[in-house]
Amino acid sequence: MAEIDKLNLAGTKAKGQRPYFLADKQTEQVMSITMALAMELSVARERIATLECVLEQKGVLTRDELAAFKPDADEVAKRSQETQEYLARILRIIQQDKEELMSNEPTVEEVQEKLTQGNT
Amino acid sequence: MATKTLPSWDVITKHDVFADANHDEVARLNFLTHLNVHLSANVLPGVKNAYETQVKPEFIKAQGHEPENRHQLRAAITQNHTFQMWSALRRNTMEMRQQAGRAQVLRQIEDIVAKVEHYNEGADTLKLDESIAIPENVGSVDIHCQPGCYYTEYFENDVTVAASYDLGLFVTTAGLLGALSDGGGQAVGKWLADNHPDFQPKRILDIGCTIGHNAVPLAQAFPNAEVIAVDVARPSLRYAHARAKALGVNNITFVQADAENLSQYQDESFDLITTAMFWHETSDTAMPNILKEINRLLKTGGLTLHLEQPQYQGMGVYEQFIRDWDTYYNNEPYWGPMHDLDLKDMLSKCGFNSDDLFETGVVSLVDEKIFGKREKGDAGEDYGRAPVWNAFGLWKK
Ligand SMILES: C[S@@+](CC[C@H](N)C(=O)[O-])C[C@H]1O[C@@H](n2cnc3c(N)ncnc32)[C@H](O)[C@@H]1O
Repeated sequence: MAEIDKLNLAGTKAKGQRPYFLADKQTEQVMSITMALAMELSVARERIATLECVLEQKGVLTRDELAAFKPDADEVAKRSQETQEYLARILRIIQQDKEELMSNEPTVEEVQEKLTQGNT
Repeated sequence: MATKTLPSWDVITKHDVFADANHDEVARLNFLTHLNVHLSANVLPGVKNAYETQVKPEFIKAQGHEPENRHQLRAAITQNHTFQMWSALRRNTMEMRQQAGRAQVLRQIEDIVAKVEHYNEGADTLKLDESIAIPENVGSVDIHCQPGCYYTEYFENDVTVAASYDLGLFVTTAGLLGALSDGGGQAVGKWLADNHPDFQPKRILDIGCTIGHNAVPLAQAFPNAEVIAVDVARPSLRYAHARAKALGVNNITFVQADAENLSQYQDESFDLITTAMFWHETSDTAMPNILKEINRLLKTGGLTLHLEQPQYQGMGVYEQFIRDWDTYYNNEPYWGPMHDLDLKDMLSKCGFNSDDLFETGVVSLVDEKIFGKREKGDAGEDYGRAPVWNAFGLWKK
């Protein structure tokens, strides 16, 4: 059998120009990435559910025990830290936009102009 | 009211050449099935609302009348944000389904090909013909956004596109086609048994069989008949043949042939000629050519029967437009034009007596493998699952 590039073949496009629907192409591409992530999250959640089933079947724990689990103070603090990091990570672009709107920073072009005294 | 739950893709019948699915692959296909249902049950009604409350009133204000046809409606609604969002999500969902199926198949393609070859080796019931070209209606774009369409081979003896097609139908139909995606063919068999119990065709031709989803139940309904199933797509035929064998069906010969020219078969040599969801993927030249061949090949007293979506005639403009979405946005260029045709007119141009044309709904039983046994006493309640297909056909007198 000839060597085939499975990774790229799996994701290859269908022949025929793709219609775009949203205001611009990038927005739609971002949506596409987001939906793929939503799918992967759903897959991960199912895997967790499976883990719970198996652990329960094997008598390691019951789901009631999981639901009733109360983290101690250290664990609560750790999770709070992690949740904040998680939110900061996924909402980074909002943070950076806010920083920019609150500052008065030059563009690279303006800096270049200054550094070359308009000789470019 | 509790939300209606959907069956898991995993209940599908895994015949011997079917792709294996691991835990995460099943989860992915289930997610996509749910996403499809969510889009049609929850998001699409918003598009209708946007049409009624925004697009239509604006159109009337500007033009003085409602959109007169789906083309006017489409021109107006493509600027609407709700329509755009739904369409972008829907298109993307199709693409995700393709990627998921292909990735799943490709990781094990060597094993699948080996199994297919095991069934196909030396068989005289698989007749491939290298000289058959891919017609324009199949080769111009990848139909329903299936990369590689039905016919692309990535290496010798490849069946990737066919194996991915087989596992994916469930995802777009949420199991309605049954555990073998063969509800249409089953419905035809049941309709014949119920309505024409004396009709016992000896020779059956199925045109555009792809991987034989609907040829197999016909062959099972008439185990003494010889079934010929034709298609132009080699990887699909290879897979179809092995799939039928794996299901224990031995009375189908799969033939690579262009249905526009079936000169290898004699006049009046078939008792029953069928297609399933086929005509909308042909063209203004292919369709009459193939119908003429059917007329030539069909015996007097024989039946030709075709499963299709309903024609647009008599349907509201909005419903037509929504049904037509696939034409433009899911690479189905002939879908709209085919559903606009006057079938009577088309049939009589091809030599049939179009007065004999009938249209009917055919129904298959709810597949218990997927939806579970029905409780006694809920005979009248099918939870919207009773799969109904539209069929048209005629008896040649
Ligand atoms: C939508 S699929 C049909 C599905 C199939 N009948 C089923 O029941 O699952 C259309 C098929 O028709 C085939 N086809 C299109 N034009 C054809 C032609 N001129 N001759 C033979 N097959 C053709 C395509 O290759 C494709 O496999």
